[in-house]
Amino acid sequence: MSDVMEQAVTVETAKELGLLPEEFQKIKEYLGRTPNFTELSIYSVMWSEHCSYKNSIVWLKTLPKDGPHMLVAAGEENAGLVGIGDGLACAFKIESHNHPSAIEPYQGAATGVGGINRDIFTMGARPVAQLNSLRFGNPNLEKTKALVRGVVKGIGDYGNAFGIPTVGGEVFFDECYNVNPLVNAMSAGIVKVGKTVSATSYGLGNPVFIVGSATGKDGIHGATFASGDLHEDSADDLPSVQVGDPFTEKLLLEASLELIESGAVVGMQDMGAAGIICSTSEMSAKGKHGMVIHLDKVPVRQHNMQAWEILLSESQERMLIVVRKGKEKEVQKIFEKWDLNCVQIGEVTSGTQLKFYMNTELVADVPADSLVLGGGAPVYNREYSVPAYFYESKRFSIDQVEEPDDLKKVAKILLAHPNIASKKWVSTQYDSMVGTVNMSTNSPSDAAIVNIKGTNKAIALTVDCNSRYVYADPENGCAIAVAEAARNLVCSGAEPSAITNCLNFGNPYNKEVYWQFVQAIKGMGKACRKFQTPVTGGNVSFYNQSTDDGPVFPTPTIGMLGVMDDKSLRMSLNFKNAGDSIFLIGESVNDISSSEYLYSFHGVKQSPAPHFDLDTEFKVQQVVKNLIRKGLIESAHDVSDGGLFITLAESAMPGNFGFAIETDFDCRADAFLFGEAQSRIVVSVSEEKLDAFVDALAASDVEFSNLGAVTDGEILIDEESFGNIQEAKALYDTALDKLFTN
Amino acid sequence: MKFGVVVFPGSNCDEDMVYVLRNILNLEVVKLWHKDHDLQNCDCIVLPGGFSYGDYLRSGAIARFSPIMKEVIEFANKGGMVIGICNGFQILCESGLLPGALLHNENHQFICKNIHIKAEYQDSALTALISSDAVLKIPIAHGEGRYYADQETLDSLEQNGQILFRYCDESGKVTKESNPNGAVNNIAGICNQSKNVFGMMPHPERAADVELGNVDGKIIFESILSLVNS
Repeated sequence: MSDVMEQAVTVETAKELGLLPEEFQKIKEYLGRTPNFTELSIYSVMWSEHCSYKNSIVWLKTLPKDGPHMLVAAGEENAGLVGIGDGLACAFKIESHNHPSAIEPYQGAATGVGGINRDIFTMGARPVAQLNSLRFGNPNLEKTKALVRGVVKGIGDYGNAFGIPTVGGEVFFDECYNVNPLVNAMSAGIVKVGKTVSATSYGLGNPVFIVGSATGKDGIHGATFASGDLHEDSADDLPSVQVGDPFTEKLLLEASLELIESGAVVGMQDMGAAGIICSTSEMSAKGKHGMVIHLDKVPVRQHNMQAWEILLSESQERMLIVVRKGKEKEVQKIFEKWDLNCVQIGEVTSGTQLKFYMNTELVADVPADSLVLGGGAPVYNREYSVPAYFYESKRFSIDQVEEPDDLKKVAKILLAHPNIASKKWVSTQYDSMVGTVNMSTNSPSDAAIVNIKGTNKAIALTVDCNSRYVYADPENGCAIAVAEAARNLVCSGAEPSAITNCLNFGNPYNKEVYWQFVQAIKGMGKACRKFQTPVTGGNVSFYNQSTDDGPVFPTPTIGMLGVMDDKSLRMSLNFKNAGDSIFLIGESVNDISSSEYLYSFHGVKQSPAPHFDLDTEFKVQQVVKNLIRKGLIESAHDVSDGGLFITLAESAMPGNFGFAIETDFDCRADAFLFGEAQSRIVVSVSEEKLDAFVDALAASDVEFSNLGAVTDGEILIDEESFGNIQEAKALYDTALDKLFTN
Repeated sequence: MKFGVVVFPGSNCDEDMVYVLRNILNLEVVKLWHKDHDLQNCDCIVLPGGFSYGDYLRSGAIARFSPIMKEVIEFANKGGMVIGICNGFQILCESGLLPGALLHNENHQFICKNIHIKAEYQDSALTALISSDAVLKIPIAHGEGRYYADQETLDSLEQNGQILFRYCDESGKVTKESNPNGAVNNIAGICNQSKNVFGMMPHPERAADVELGNVDGKIIFESILSLVNS
C-alpha cells in the first residue's frame, strides 16, 4: 500500500469537513479501514446535503413521479424528461446557487446559469429557454442593491453570451433574505425521443474522457459550503465560489451535441457540485461498473494541485464522458474542431471500485455505490415540530384592520411596490429573444411561450412561489405555488405537464424549519396529484439562513412546464378593445390574509395564507381552458400578488386601455381590490361572444361575475376615477429603475 | 442569390439568421466556418450576432483576425455585399470595413427590447423598399451598441448618405428618449461609402417570423432581394 493510503485521519478531521462522528464510523465500515484525507474529502462532499439529499430524500420520495408524459422518472438523470409529442421531449430543471451568490453575486449567479444549462445538454437536449427566480432583502439597503445589480449582471452576462433566451422569471424582496438571497436558475431543452444520453458508465475497457475547461482550485468544497449556514467568516470561503466562462460553455454545448450525434457516447455527465468525484461515482454506480482514473492526466490551471483538489474542484464548463472503445479519435476530432480540451483520464473497469491514481500512486480507493444517493449515502429522518408562529397567524381576522379611507393611495403604493411593479429593469438586461422562439415578446401572457419551430406546438414555462404564503402556512402555501404555476400555464393556453422544484429552506437540523419542509412537501404532493403534474426532479437547498437573522421564508420554487399542442390556441393577458366586458372567474372573498397590501401597507406580518381551495382552483382552471379552446375570450390574467386591482391594471397597460368596474357588496372594498384570495382569473370578452361566454359559464359550477368593461384609458371604480392608465404605468414601469439605477 | 452566414465560435444568432433566410424567405444559404478560407461563391456574406470568441476583450476585436475574415475583407474590398448585425456590425467596425466604433451602452447595461428605427435614404440595398416615413419595430440586444465616430467621419457619413437607420419613437420622431444606448446622432446602422458593406445594431432576423407577432424586419431582407432582382 502506498504512503498516501496509509495516512489515516481522525474523527476530528471528519468533523472539520462537515461529517458527523457516526458518518465517519460508517465510512470506516464501507472501506473496512480508516480513510485517508483524500477519501475523507470525497465522502464529505458526496455525503453533503447538496449531493446526497440525506435530510430530504425520505420526504422527496413521497412526491408523485409518474404522469402520462413522463419519459424519465425523477432523480434518475440530470434532469426530468417529458414527452411533448411529435417524437420530441423536453428536459427541464431548476437549481439553486444561493450561497455562492450571497458572497460573490456576479460569479455566483453566472455559474448557476452555466450549471443548469449543462444539466440539460448533458442529456443531449439543446437548451431553448431559461428562467430564473430571485429573492433579495430589503431593496432600500445598499447591500441589497449591490446584490441585485451583481446577480442580474451575472445571469445576463452568462446567459446572453451562451445564447439561450431568458424568457421568464420572478423577483421578490423581503427582509428575511437580507443576508441570504436566493438565486434559482431554470433551463429547458428539446431533444428527439430516443436520442438522449444517460449519466452512466459501463463496458469494460471503455475510455473515460474529461472535456472542456482546465481544472483549477475554484469551488473546492463548494458542495460542503452550500450545506452549512452563512456566517460572518463566509467571505473567507471565497475559493468555494466558481468562476464562469460562457464562451467555453457555448463551445462545450456545440461539441457535446455533435459528439452525441456521432453515437460514440456510452454516458455523459456534467461536472457540477463535487466535480470529478461526483461524476465518476454517480456514473459508475448507475452503470454498475468501476473506474480507474489518473488524476495527473487532468488538464489543470495551476501547478501543485493536490489529488483531492483535482477530485473536488468545481471548475465550470467540464464534462466527464465515457465513450465506446475504438472511438477515441472521433471524439478527439470533434473537440479539436471546437478548440476544447479532450483528454482520456481513465477507463471503465469491472467490479465497483473507483481507484484514483496520482503519478502512478494510488491515492483513493472507494466503492462507487457507497458514495451516492440510493446507495451508501446516509438517509435521515429528521425530527420536526410546529412553530408557535403558525398558530398565532391563524388568529388574524380582517376585522383587526381598519379599511383605509383613501383606496387610491393604496393603489398607487402597490403599483410602485418592488414586489408588484414591472421587472423590466431586470428583464431587459437579459437577452429574451435570441433563438427567435419567444412568442411572448410581442404578446404578453402569464407564462412564457416558447415556439417549437417546425411543429404546430409550443411549450409554456413559468416559475412561481409566493414564499410569504408558504411561511404563513407551508402546506397550503406550497400547494398555492403549484396551483399558481398551473394557473399561469392555463391562462396562456397550455396544458400543465410536469414540474421541477427548487426547495430553498433553512437549516434542516432546526425542527421548526424541518416542519416547514415537511409541510411544504405534503402541499406540493397534494397539488401535483390534483393537476397531474409529476415532479421530475430539482434541487434541495437547505441552510439558507444566517447566524444573525435566522432562516429565510421557506421557498419551494415551482418551475412548471406546459404543452400547447396547437399554438393558435395561445392566450395573452392584455385587453384588446375598449368596450369589451371584463369578467372575474372564481369567487370574490372577504380576505386580505398574507397579501402585499396587508403586509406592506398595514405592516401586519402575521396572518394565514390567503383563501385557497384546491378543488375550486382545479375547476376554475378547467373552465378557463375550455373558454380558450372555444375561442370565447380575448384575454386571461390570473389574480395574484397585489390582488384584483393590479391584475386589471396589468391587463390594461400593454394596450393603454383602462377599466371601469363595480366592487362587490359582500366584500370590503379593500379585500375586493387588493386581497389575494386564490383561484381567480380575469378575462375580457367581446360583444359578439358575450352570450356564448355566459352560456358556457352558466353550464359550469364555477362562480363568475361581470366586473365592468374595458375603457379607453380611464380607471373607474364604482364610478370614482382612479386616474388614467398612463399614471399607473408611470408608477409601475419606473419603480425598479428608481431603486437600482446607479 | 446565395447567402453565407459566418459562424464564429461564440456566434449565437447564426441559426436565427439561417432560419429566416432559408425557412421564411426560401433563399439559398450556407454556413461559413471561421477556420475556413472558402466563401463558397456566396453573393452576400452575413456576420451574425453573438459573442465571437467570447468578446472578453472588446466586441469583435478578435474575430477580425480569424481566417474567414481575411476572405470577407477581400470580398468586401472587391465590392461584395457584406452585412453585419449586432456583433457582426462590431466586427466590421473593428476590421475597418466600416468607420466608427461601438462603445458600451450609456447606462452600462446590456439592453434587450423592441425599439423603433427609420430609414433616411432608399438608395441602399437594406433600405430600398423602406419609405422615409415608415417606422420599424425591431429588437436590440447588446451591451456595446453605442455608435461613435468623430465629427469629421460623422459629417462625411451624413453627406454621403451612409446612415442607414436612426433610432426614433413610435411616431418616427428622432429624439433623445428614443435613443436606447446613447448612440451619436441616434445612429442604429450605417454603410460604407461604396454602399456594399452594411452594419446595424438592431436584429431584423428577430422580427421576421409571423409566429413571433412582429415582421417589421422582413422588409430589410426584401429590400436586399428587390435590389438584386432588379
